[in-house]
Amino acid sequence: MSTMVATNKKGLGATLWDYLTTVDHKKIAIMYLIAGGFFFIIGGLEALAIRWQLVQPMNDFVSSGFYNELITMHGTTMIFLAAMPLIFAFMNAVVPLQIGARDVAFPFLNSLGFWLFLFGGIMLNVGWFTGGAADAGWTAYAPLSTTSIGEGVDYYVLGLQISGAGTLIGGINFLVTIVNMRAPGMTYMRMPLFTWTAFVASALILFAFPALTVGLFLMMFDRLFGAGFFDPAMGGNSVIWQHLFWIFGHPEVYILALPGFGIFSEIISTFSKKRLFGYTAMVFATVLIGFLGFMVWAHHMFTVGMGPAANSIFAVATMAIAVPTGIKIFNWLFTLWGGSIQINTPMLWALGFIPTFTLGGMTGVMVAAASADFQYHDTYFVVAHFHYVIVGGVVFALFAGTHYWWPKMFGTVLDDKLGKLTFWLFFIGFHLTFFIQHFLGLMGMPRRYWVYMENQGLDLGNMISTIGAFLMGLGTIVLLINIIKTSVKNEKVSGDPWDARTLEWAIPSPPPFYNFKQLPLVRGLDPLWVEKTEGRKGMTPAEPLTDIHMPNNSFLPFVMSLGLFIAGFGFIYQKHDLSWLIVLFIGMGITLGCMLVRSVKDDLGYHVHKEDLKKEAEE
Amino acid sequence: MAEKVSGATEQFDFEKQKRKDEMKQQVITFVLMIVFTIVAFAMIEAELDRLFVIPVLLVLAAIQVGFQVYYFMHMSHKGHELPAVMFYGGVFTAFLTILALTVLVWW
Amino acid sequence: MSEQDILNPKHMPHDPEKATLEGKNKFMGFWFFLGGETVLFASLFGTYLALNDSTNGGSSSEELFGLELVFIMTMLLLTSSLTSVYAMYHMKNHAFKKMQIWLGITVALGLGFLGCEIYEFYHYIHGEHFTMRSSAFGSAFYTLVGFHGGHVVFGLLWIIALMIRNARRGLNLYNAPKFYLASLYWHFIDVVWVFIFTVVYLMGVL
Repeated sequence: MSTMVATNKKGLGATLWDYLTTVDHKKIAIMYLIAGGFFFIIGGLEALAIRWQLVQPMNDFVSSGFYNELITMHGTTMIFLAAMPLIFAFMNAVVPLQIGARDVAFPFLNSLGFWLFLFGGIMLNVGWFTGGAADAGWTAYAPLSTTSIGEGVDYYVLGLQISGAGTLIGGINFLVTIVNMRAPGMTYMRMPLFTWTAFVASALILFAFPALTVGLFLMMFDRLFGAGFFDPAMGGNSVIWQHLFWIFGHPEVYILALPGFGIFSEIISTFSKKRLFGYTAMVFATVLIGFLGFMVWAHHMFTVGMGPAANSIFAVATMAIAVPTGIKIFNWLFTLWGGSIQINTPMLWALGFIPTFTLGGMTGVMVAAASADFQYHDTYFVVAHFHYVIVGGVVFALFAGTHYWWPKMFGTVLDDKLGKLTFWLFFIGFHLTFFIQHFLGLMGMPRRYWVYMENQGLDLGNMISTIGAFLMGLGTIVLLINIIKTSVKNEKVSGDPWDARTLEWAIPSPPPFYNFKQLPLVRGLDPLWVEKTEGRKGMTPAEPLTDIHMPNNSFLPFVMSLGLFIAGFGFIYQKHDLSWLIVLFIGMGITLGCMLVRSVKDDLGYHVHKEDLKKEAEE
Repeated sequence: MAEKVSGATEQFDFEKQKRKDEMKQQVITFVLMIVFTIVAFAMIEAELDRLFVIPVLLVLAAIQVGFQVYYFMHMSHKGHELPAVMFYGGVFTAFLTILALTVLVWW
Repeated sequence: MSEQDILNPKHMPHDPEKATLEGKNKFMGFWFFLGGETVLFASLFGTYLALNDSTNGGSSSEELFGLELVFIMTMLLLTSSLTSVYAMYHMKNHAFKKMQIWLGITVALGLGFLGCEIYEFYHYIHGEHFTMRSSAFGSAFYTLVGFHGGHVVFGLLWIIALMIRNARRGLNLYNAPKFYLASLYWHFIDVVWVFIFTVVYLMGVL
């Protein structure tokens, strides 16, 4: 049928249209990867500008105002527009394959989630071109944010609101996918650890993002509609923002880090040729981290003045998280122990991750001690700490995942030599940049200052830090070269280039759009490995060859998100001129109209017929 | 209506009867909710002591919500295990949030 | 396509809303969404509770709220919750007409509630000069109650759209989950209102 036409011989326009309307989780994954990678580079350039400003005392590379915009947008971009979507890229690419599903539970919503994220991300960055981006720090504490002049913070609020809605949709989608769409035999305790971490991270998204949604609404009402939530002159209270932000913000750390742990668990197990040590304990630790992650947010607010009782409770809860995290570290080490270890690029990242993240965890326990935190708070010590956690735990995982799952997503293997070069440049650069910042912080250098004085012992440390940052930039460039080189060479590989263990490697690379011709029967943890040890080449099917039901493509998600994007401008500029309300109504009209169309127009999908599947197999 | 569907199987009749019984429960539940609401409003009108009224009001509200969730929204039925997990996850987070914003914001 | 799926009691699943994988997914996903909504409203309630005394010298809750209207609104919404239970009862019995009638009553009651709320807000704004910009209390009150009102509006539009769309073709396995979800949503709105009338209005005049 017409549906069987492969995408490789289409013109540019047709391909573009295909991607604009796709509901296929594998294509959405690629879009997340590209968009997230793009924002990662933007955020990286902002970081380099920050470091270049700090390369010498009293530098004047950028103005103080522009510096504020740089640090704000660097943090916001990296967390919301780079790390989150890149995590979603791998969740989309891998989770349905790992559980033996043909697609996610809600393919339409999957596409909607992506477009909302992308338009939200663009919205955030529009501020650069309209007189200044957000400049109140990525945490946007009131009253700094509520009194910030211009529209920068408005773009921050609206942009995060739109992309946050996308994330929430994505989270619910993956929860339902993992609950309802598992292949026969794939019990919860047979799910690969990446799927488990994706599951827990999605649950955290579900419970954490609404707090951000409300916080952003309150901020929007304060800034744009004259409300007084955070304005003491009207009886408001700026600490409410801090609570709402961190009730979201702390789980957000685990939303990012847990899937990172999942990626490393897959890689370490695959390249040690051993089943993951202490699988059950790993699952338990993942769930426990997710649970505890909700009870520690106020450790970001020790110096607010909550009082010793509250500070102690949150300090103890925070330190408790070290226990399940420690369980994980030891399980990775025990998985390595006695394995036949193969060192390639993904494995290098995994091996580099363990000590790096452990360092971040150690300083985490240090800053969790509430009384000591009064000394560390808002210094470069904290900056060093959270970069060790987020870069060491998340960015390393994203690099590792890129090299590990590239063959599954694109059918080619990234060059290992260049990959290793990326790793060493980035790894050395990272430690040069941030290790020294612990000491800069202890010497009293506050974060977010745009200059520092000469002869205060800060010159050399900052110089070293800047050199390291540029090494990281170099490492990223090598990765880009690697991607171009690999794509040009275009040497296709088999479905299972790593001799791996989980279900995604049981099908061709890249997989056909329906993933599994017949749903596989899962007979244990690491299902593909179970079959391999019994001498079979692939999975045993759990069903006869039948027609496959697939969802229809749709352009609505794109238009729906575009509507909100347009409405965002109306929300912002009506504060100057009420005639902008028209734009607001047009935008909301487009979005609500699309929702109505979606609601009343039946979308029953189509079937891939088994005759066509057979024909394809013969070709 | 039931007579018209003469070809219905026994299973269907059984399920239907079960639903009918349940519907009676729902109506009883509803009456109780109305009573609770009236009690709640009456307590305010009677101007009883704050320290007594507030906890009772909250308990009445909690019971009403329990009725809504378990009977009207059918969470007492089979197949609602994961919905319950996620719903109570939300309730737990909600509790922490409200606690923090009432107890830790005082200046 | 949809013709084959028209329900008739001879070969009918007794949970039409969960008979297909799509229905199961929607059912599960919507409950999860309600878990998230709980946190959303909790954040709003928390904000309200933190700010409900911050009247900034303006009107306070004791001065503003009248319980008669709130009582009527509560009764309207509670009853509409029961009527939507009736609608779902008839859905499971495949009595489409009866389902539509009960949904219609639900919508009517919801509209009544909404009318009262609009009257209330109008009265506060024009009669009492109490707006979102009056004080932090005003901001918190309008945001919390307004968010709930927004949910009511959305729920009404949703149910009306479903009723009109399916008026001619009746119930099938494709739209049964949609009706079921809309009714769940409606119950959740009532759950939130129970806390609003308790925490905002009753405790507000205490």
